[in-house]
Amino acid sequence: MEEMSRADLEALQFKLLKTLVYRLYSFSDFYSARMKMAKVHPDDIRSLDDISKLPFMYKKDLRDNYPDKMFIGNQEDLVRYHVSSGTTGKPTVVGYTQRDLDNWSTSVARGLTSIGLGRRDVIQVSYGYGLFTGGLGLHYGAERIGATVVPASVGNTERQIELIQDLRVTAVACTPSYMVHMSEVAQKMGVDIQRDTRLRTAILGAEPWSEEMRTRIQENTGIKAYDIYGTSELSGPLFTECTEQNGIHIWGDLAFVEVIDPDTGERLGPGEKGELVITMLQKEALPMIRYRIGDITSYHDEECPCGRCHTRISRITGRVDDMLIIRGINVFPSQVEYSLMSIPELGEHFQIVVDRKGALDTMLVRVELKSTAFSDKLDDLIRLKGKVVHVLKNDLNVAVDVELVSPGTLTRFEGKAKRVLDRRQI
Amino acid sequence: MKYIIKQLSIFAENKPGRLAAIAEVLESEDINILAFSIAEASGFGVVRALVSDPERAHQKLTDLGYVVSSTDVIGVRMRDEPGGLKEIAKILGDADINIEYAYAYSGRPAAVLILRVDQVEDAIKALLDGGGQLLERSELD
Repeated sequence: MEEMSRADLEALQFKLLKTLVYRLYSFSDFYSARMKMAKVHPDDIRSLDDISKLPFMYKKDLRDNYPDKMFIGNQEDLVRYHVSSGTTGKPTVVGYTQRDLDNWSTSVARGLTSIGLGRRDVIQVSYGYGLFTGGLGLHYGAERIGATVVPASVGNTERQIELIQDLRVTAVACTPSYMVHMSEVAQKMGVDIQRDTRLRTAILGAEPWSEEMRTRIQENTGIKAYDIYGTSELSGPLFTECTEQNGIHIWGDLAFVEVIDPDTGERLGPGEKGELVITMLQKEALPMIRYRIGDITSYHDEECPCGRCHTRISRITGRVDDMLIIRGINVFPSQVEYSLMSIPELGEHFQIVVDRKGALDTMLVRVELKSTAFSDKLDDLIRLKGKVVHVLKNDLNVAVDVELVSPGTLTRFEGKAKRVLDRRQI
Repeated sequence: MKYIIKQLSIFAENKPGRLAAIAEVLESEDINILAFSIAEASGFGVVRALVSDPERAHQKLTDLGYVVSSTDVIGVRMRDEPGGLKEIAKILGDADINIEYAYAYSGRPAAVLILRVDQVEDAIKALLDGGGQLLERSELD
């Protein structure tokens, strides 16, 4: 599959797309309604290019259909759920059939193989395990190639470095900022990664990073660092670069790539920068068709020097919306607002300040106190602050700092509010 | 109740210049600060003050966007010598009245203890019965 020719691949994609569209039209109330609204019938899909006749799907659709109204099939066919924070109020739930999990693992496994990993490798998975897809996604992909997995999850960095040494770990999967953090902690512990460990490969993703950061990581540690891409709606982390490090291979039998102009929705050509749109060709429980992820990139169709003909996408350079990624977790300012507004003691003005202390992201939410909520008691204020921290942590799945400020302190905006101050240099 | 004194409590972020700004507002209004304290938690605090014209100070600060509340406190004269504080605290302790917070200033003719208690009226009665000398509201003007 990995080395299939372009023509064969496109023929397969068309077949899978046809099947997918018929399936959605017959079994998905949500998508068949949307197709009818767009006046498109499955019979109208006569070539791969006809995909552009199909309506888009958005993250909002998942929220509006919370928790599982967009799922196809029966609950007894589901074998797992993953949950990520939403845009407002409700989180996003993704369900998986056994085949969905198999395809996900296969996709990760192919990626790991393409960067030269195999049965002899010991892969430490330092993504969070749990509702977040990072940990389990890499875990099963790594087991699929027969590697030995160290399911370290996040945190307790000194212990992670001891494990890397003691279990002769050869590859680590984590966020790029956590990689930088780990190498700093290793240095403080007197551990030279080149000399004292067998770690030579890092699979880094779940947050944006730059070519400069890659150079820095590679030069400081002697590790080869590879980009991995995915998002929970598509399953989780799915696609990686190959040893060439020049673009992420999107396995064509699993996903079809488009890049569009975010304003007009028109498809753009190879090399043109725009919004990434992915159609998952084989997903069963929660099919995603023309899903607008919101990431900005470009695609390339020519054969990679590694011999694979699957479409590649370039490094993600930004977002079409204001989504933030904090320590690998997606955070929408709209969700922050929604959560804050559920607390009656707070005013409606707030600001999000994102920074990077050392290698790790910090998020501070400054919010105005409502005058009427103020009593003379310090305890009440401390309790209120604790409540805000708790509510945000609960809704966003990421720890935040909170600062209560006097009403009128935060800048007012005419028109679109600029609520986010991102001081990170990536 | 002439012994109930209105204390101003002002919410303030813990940042350089915040106290100066509050004090400047009062100065420009020619309002005298008779006593004050700052209670601090992580990142913010509460400035509490007895001022010569609490209503006007409250209004002015609120107009300027400060978060202000008024709290009933009592002021008790203490002998400014060893045992002075004990006398007062003992009266309240014996009457089973809890002090939420307190601050004091030492001046002529006596030191004054400002008290925020859970039962204001009971505290006044206990203190008067125990021979305590309370500050009258009118003395602040």
